[in-house]
Amino acid sequence: MLYIKCPYCGLRAQKEFSYGGDATVKRPNINEEVSSEDWDNFVYMRKSPRGKHVELWQHIAGCRQWIKVQRDTATHEIFQTAKVTEEIR
Amino acid sequence: MQKYSVFSLIKNAFSNHQNWEVAWKDPTPKSEYDVVIIGGGGHGLATAYYLAKEHNIRNVAIIEKGWIGGGNVGRNTTIIRSNFMYDANARFNEFGMDLWRNLSQELNFNVMFSPRGIINLAHSDAQMNAYARRGNSMRLNGIDAKLLDRDEVKKLIPMADFSDEVRFPIFGGLMQPSAGTARHDAVAWGYARQADDMGVDIIQHCEVTGFDVVNGKIKGIRTSRGDIKAKKVGLCVAGSTNILAEKLNMTLPIETHVLQACVSEPVKPLLDGVVTFGAGHFYISQSDKGEMVMGGDLDGYNSYAQRGNLPTIQHVLTGGLALFPFLSRLKMLRTWGGIMDMSMDGSPIIDKTHIEGLYLNCGWCYGGFKSTPVSGWTFAHTIAQDQVHELNSELRLNRFSTGHLLDEKGLGTKTWIG
Repeated sequence: MLYIKCPYCGLRAQKEFSYGGDATVKRPNINEEVSSEDWDNFVYMRKSPRGKHVELWQHIAGCRQWIKVQRDTATHEIFQTAKVTEEIR
Repeated sequence: MQKYSVFSLIKNAFSNHQNWEVAWKDPTPKSEYDVVIIGGGGHGLATAYYLAKEHNIRNVAIIEKGWIGGGNVGRNTTIIRSNFMYDANARFNEFGMDLWRNLSQELNFNVMFSPRGIINLAHSDAQMNAYARRGNSMRLNGIDAKLLDRDEVKKLIPMADFSDEVRFPIFGGLMQPSAGTARHDAVAWGYARQADDMGVDIIQHCEVTGFDVVNGKIKGIRTSRGDIKAKKVGLCVAGSTNILAEKLNMTLPIETHVLQACVSEPVKPLLDGVVTFGAGHFYISQSDKGEMVMGGDLDGYNSYAQRGNLPTIQHVLTGGLALFPFLSRLKMLRTWGGIMDMSMDGSPIIDKTHIEGLYLNCGWCYGGFKSTPVSGWTFAHTIAQDQVHELNSELRLNRFSTGHLLDEKGLGTKTWIG
């Protein structure tokens, strides 16, 4: 069982959360010309690194906020969590 | 090569089985090969076998980080089927079914292919309609499909919960009678033994650390056991695809996730074929040893760990208990995990790349085992002829940018939901 520290609620079990994928993927800017390649990269292409990965989770059975989690994809160790508006370094 | 038969078994019994030939050698890597296949799993071994057999390319090496058959080919739930709706997937996998049917004879190795049928259960009228449509599509592609009503399902799996109190009553199901299971390790070993006999070097415990790419053309690979020159390189590394892609400065429509499976203690034969629950993600079959072999959802987050967490197992088996209440009386024998190369549309990629001489075989999601022979067969063709075969002409990397997706399940790009 993973234990994730929600920045709003504190340490909670993984079962309260739902996964939202890679948090470093950036949507192309609205109202600007977007090339097909940029759309491809945004929609389909993923780095999926082995090691540190910044990802989105939603505290769906808690405060329902989306949060950022920095986690190791090889060991499942969680290093940091933050609100979505905050940066993880 | 020593032929395996009942006579060789009897003959070797007299010497206490001490004098069997080694099934494959343990060669030192040469400095140069015509083709290097990275990944000594089922697909890599099958690719090398078909390169040698179908295309007479025998100066081939398989480079494996661990040991052959130690990855997903030894971790899957051994299900073989071709019950796909889209033409490209259906044709591809039905060609594979033909290879499976003759595989034990062809490899002189009993892969224990057992076409005992798969039933996908439906729990609503809408699901029955969807299965009728899929069944019709399958039949149009020459694949056997049978739509079963509730009574027909009850005859086949009377131990399922057919009571009135059940939350998701069984309405019926779609059956592919020619689907089945095989002994997964034997598939890897059978391909390895034949490939080795035709001159393929199987190099284990050798990790790829980098690639030599000059002017957009592959020249060789760097490994933990030295540099190896190669005219052509094929990637067959499933869950490690993204790691090697990064070394090639490539980004792929692939995410790596962990999938768990489990087996119960062995019991007497009670479940003949493979059954999938239609109201949750759960599938089950019974091994020849009697263990109930079960699996279901991904753990649901990016992972390279080859092990998962208990909540997913509990969730999957909750679905299992809803379908087969008798499972509550069984003890769990073991659980394990494997890492899946989840593609963004749920279908695989077998293609050339923008680097000349570099070929890609990935995106198998959690369905790679059933396609082992046809994946090797088409990948070998793609490498040998430097062009895709008709069978994998729609399994190309550029389908994501052109919009020709093969989204069999229509799940979108949230790979972890699948």
